[in-house]
This record gives sequence, structure tokens and C-alpha cells, in this order.
Amino acid sequence: MAKYIIKRFLMMIATILIIATLTFALMHTIPGSPFDDERTSNPTIQANLEKFYKLDEPMHIQYLYYLKSIVTFDFGPSIKKPNESVNELLARGFPISFELGMVTILVALLSGVTLGTFAALRHNGIIDYTAMTFAVVGISVPNFVLATLLIQQIAVNLEWLPPATWSSPLHMILPTLALATGPTAIIARLTRSSMLEVLTQDYIKMARAKGLSPVRIVVRHALRNALMPVVTIMGTMLAGILTGTFVIERIFAIPGMGKYFVESINNRDYPVIMGSTVFYSAFLVFMLFLVDIVYGFLDPRIKLHRKEGDA
Amino acid sequence: MTNSTTTKIVSPQSVKDEWFRPKQKEQGRAESVVRPSLSYWKDAWRRLRKNKLAMVGLAFLIFLLFMAIFGPILSPYSVTGTDYPNQNKAPSLAHWFGTDEAGRDVFTRTWYGARISLFVGVMAALIDFFIGIIYGGFSGYKGGRTDAIMMRVIEVLYGLPHLLVVILLMVVMGPSLTTIIVALTVTGWVGMARIVRGQVLQIKNYEFVTASKSFGAKTSRIIGKNLLPNTMGPIIVQMTLTVPGAIFAEAFLSFLGLGVAAPFASWGVMTNDALPVILSGHWWRLFFPAFFISLTMFAFNVLGDGLQDALDPKLRR
Repeated sequence: MAKYIIKRFLMMIATILIIATLTFALMHTIPGSPFDDERTSNPTIQANLEKFYKLDEPMHIQYLYYLKSIVTFDFGPSIKKPNESVNELLARGFPISFELGMVTILVALLSGVTLGTFAALRHNGIIDYTAMTFAVVGISVPNFVLATLLIQQIAVNLEWLPPATWSSPLHMILPTLALATGPTAIIARLTRSSMLEVLTQDYIKMARAKGLSPVRIVVRHALRNALMPVVTIMGTMLAGILTGTFVIERIFAIPGMGKYFVESINNRDYPVIMGSTVFYSAFLVFMLFLVDIVYGFLDPRIKLHRKEGDA
Repeated sequence: MTNSTTTKIVSPQSVKDEWFRPKQKEQGRAESVVRPSLSYWKDAWRRLRKNKLAMVGLAFLIFLLFMAIFGPILSPYSVTGTDYPNQNKAPSLAHWFGTDEAGRDVFTRTWYGARISLFVGVMAALIDFFIGIIYGGFSGYKGGRTDAIMMRVIEVLYGLPHLLVVILLMVVMGPSLTTIIVALTVTGWVGMARIVRGQVLQIKNYEFVTASKSFGAKTSRIIGKNLLPNTMGPIIVQMTLTVPGAIFAEAFLSFLGLGVAAPFASWGVMTNDALPVILSGHWWRLFFPAFFISLTMFAFNVLGDGLQDALDPKLRR
């Protein structure tokens, strides 16, 4: 197990390094500098600005500075908002995005697993068909379309819920709903199919023969194994949800990371783009790492599989 | 009949002739195969046809393809043509899907958007297909150290946050259709490569491959003629499921303002443009692009699921 963790850890570092390098290379191939549309046509001011942001140094030195900034977790000042550092932007925006993401994943997990389990227990029954219809529809409707429809119908036409911002639990309902529907549908489908498989296995028959209550059989015996595939996709799902927050935050005017990220892209604000990309990727890769470790603990067979080399 | 007669002895005389009837015609063919032999593809098609939902999806996609090709041509309006006197008109006989704030015909724009979505989706799936087949096929066939190294590369790439990389590439290369497709395939081929590799690993040890090898077939021939045709099922399923992902990504990027630019239409752009006018009650601006993008994703998803069941009966859920 320790060997596996170390291996996965090194992979994680490699992935983050690749992302960091890629981001750096991409940012520096963009034609034009962030000061192009500035009023400062004065070459001295321009030179001073470039010096301040170390843009005058040779590329490899800039790269080393950049790596140092990642290791020390200090991304320096923003270019478009000089009195704010990238760290401050991250500290302001990320908690909100994180909250949105976490609420979403919790809602998606709870409702997805419940839905999938009931669908499997009533296989080919009315609940099954309803749940699976919902699941296919949920996967098909893009989150931004759903968000827009929700605002139009529930917030504007019916005036049941506030249409924007992130200031109270009531405000959180629509964004969460818009973001959680897709993942809920995916989890429900996965849970259903693995649950159907698990329920036919001998140890479930054994549990029934022992006379355990159906609830206990499902919750204690079946769910444990049926949830394994759900654990596997948690990492990539989290990535989807966190990038999804970009667009959801934009629609609902939520002041999270997504807003700063899209802004920084339009402004070519190098430090902010690089800082937030690396931060976000590192966060996601770390989550994937955690998921893999958890999976390794939950399923002892995983080590054998890895040895055979078919990841 | 037989049960009741076992206990008592039946004299040959009591057995009446009318109890017996010569068996008709089929007697002669009893030992030949009656059902026509089905090839893998015919069999798959037979199973797919039974799946009503998948057939509805397929029918819708054929309709969509038709409208994407002919819709903008048949319509009397042009995609970008503005007509300010007729701005924000509700759906009517003249404008079936209404008009937007510049008087552009939403009907024409919707089918133009279908063109873009289908083009992006199909191109992304095809490019993924080629890269994935070459990479995955080679990695799986070679095995050993080559495979291990190639798989490490894939694992690292798999950990990359997809859309983040795509957004970065879009920023660098500037918004255009080519950029979207390139950006989507840069990270998208990984999934296909994994599937192809898994399949090849499984099949390469079968006897017919050994036989082919013993006749001196070249690696390229074995991969191309023996391995790939037998891995087509999962590959086609994966392609069908890549398309809605790519369509979603295009719409997502266009929605963020990183995709197809303003006067031209894509479903993402149209949805984004409809956002500020929600309050004014111009429902058709949002409804049509939202409806068609959802329906298209739905159609591809159910068709993909149906194909999965049809092409890989072992994996039936």
C-alpha cells in the first residue's frame, strides 16, 4: 500500500509540473503583452512595468521564478488590479466556489445514490423507469441551459426563489440544482447498474437466508460494494463540477473563482491566469489522488490489478 | 398421453392409424440451419432495432443532419442577415422560431447551430478515433516496457482537468472552430486510446492472431486486419458517446464567449445571447437552442447506450 501511495504521489507531482509548464508555455506564446491596450505609451513606464513583473528577464529565468512562486505558493500581484495579489483573489473567490462545489457534490451523491438504489430495487418497475428517464434527461441537458431555464421559470416567472447571487441558503438552491442535476444523473445510473449486479451475488442471498431485514441488507451489505464504481468516477466528476462552477457563477452572478478566471483570461492577466490554473489543477489532481487512495483502501484487489499493468 | 399409457399394455391392434400423421415438409431440413446466419453487424442491427429509444434517437439525428444541411438553404433568411424593423418577433408564419434583437431569423440560426454542433462533435470523435487507435493499438500490441511507458503518459494526461486545458488553448489560439476541435482532441483522445489498448490486449493472444503471425504477417497488418476489426464494437460506442461531450464543450465555450463569434450562430452563443433578455419574456430566444441542444445530446446518449447493448451483448445491463 505504501508503495502504491508513493507511486501515485509522484504521478501527482508530475501531472502538476506538466500543467504548470504547459500553462507557462501557452501564456508566453500568446501574441501581445498584457500592457498593449494600456494608456502607458511611455517606453520607460513600460520597461519599469515589465521589470516589476519580471517580464524583461529571459524565458528560463522567468520559468524558474514561476516554479518558485508555485512552491512557495505566492503568485505575486495581479497585472490588471495592481493593488491586489493573486493570493488575495484566490482567497476571496475560491471559498465560494469550493462551497458551491461541495454542496453540489453532496446533493448529487445523496440524491444520485438514493435514486439509483431504489431504481435497482424496483428493477423494471415504475420507479426504475422514472428514475432512468430522469437520468437520461439529466445527462442530456447542459448545466448552463438548465441554469438559464431555472432562472426564467422559477425565479422570474414564478418568483419562488431569488435569481442570482450567493448570499443566503435560499440563494443557493437554484445554482446547486443547476450544477447538481448532471452528476446526480450519472451517479444514479452507475449506482443502479452496479447495484443490480451486486444484488444477484451469493453473499446477498446468504444475508437474506440469515433473515436480515431488507433495509439492513441493502445499506450494510449491498451498498458498500455497489458504491465502488461511484468512488472511481468521483475524481473526474469533481473536475467537471468545478469547471462547471465557472459558467454557473457567471449566470448567477456569484463572486467565485470562475468570475476572476474568465475575467483574467479576457484581460490577459498572466499572474492570475497562471496562478488560478495551477491552483485549480493542483486541487483537482490532489482530489484524484485522494480518491485513488481511498479506493485502494476500500478495495484490496486494486493492488493486484495495478501490478498487471492494466490501469 | 404417454404418461397414462406406460402402466397398461397396449396391444398393437388398439393403436389407431389416425393417431399418426406424416410430418410435413420441414422434416427434410431438420438438420440444416433454419435461421439465416447473421454476421456480427447484422445481429447488432437486429438488437439495436428492438431498442425503441435508440431508434428514436437515431431518427432524430437523421432529421437533424438533414435540417443542418438543408435548413439554412431552404430558409429565405440568411444566418447573419439583420432586419431591424422585425426585431424580437415572436414565432409566426414568417419566422417559425421568431427573431432575435437584430431581427435575425432564429429558425435559420438554429439549423446553422446544428451544423456547427454536429461538425464539432463528429470531427472531434473522428480525430480522437484516429489518434486513439494508433496510440492505443500500438501500446497494447507491443506490450511490455513500451506499453508501460505509453500508459504512464496517458495516466498523467488523464489527470489533467479537461476543460481547463481547453480554455487555456482557446485563449492562446483565439476563438475559432478549428481551435475548438484542436483543443477538444488534445485531451480527448486519451479515453479512446485506453479503450483500444484494453481491447487489443485482450484479443492479441487469440489463436487467429498467432496463426497470422506464423504466416509472417507484418505488425501493421496484424493490427489493421486482425485486431482493429474485432475491437470495433466498443470503439463505435465510445465515438457515439464522444460526440455529445464535444457538442457540450463547444456550447459551453461559446457560452463563455470563447467559441464561435457573434454574428454567426452556435447553440451555445444563442443561449448566451438569450440570457440578458430572459426578463423581457422573449422565451423563443432561449427555448429553441436549449431544446435542440438537449435533444441532440439526448439522442446521442440513448443511441450510444443502445449501441453498447447491441454491440456488446456480454456487457448487457
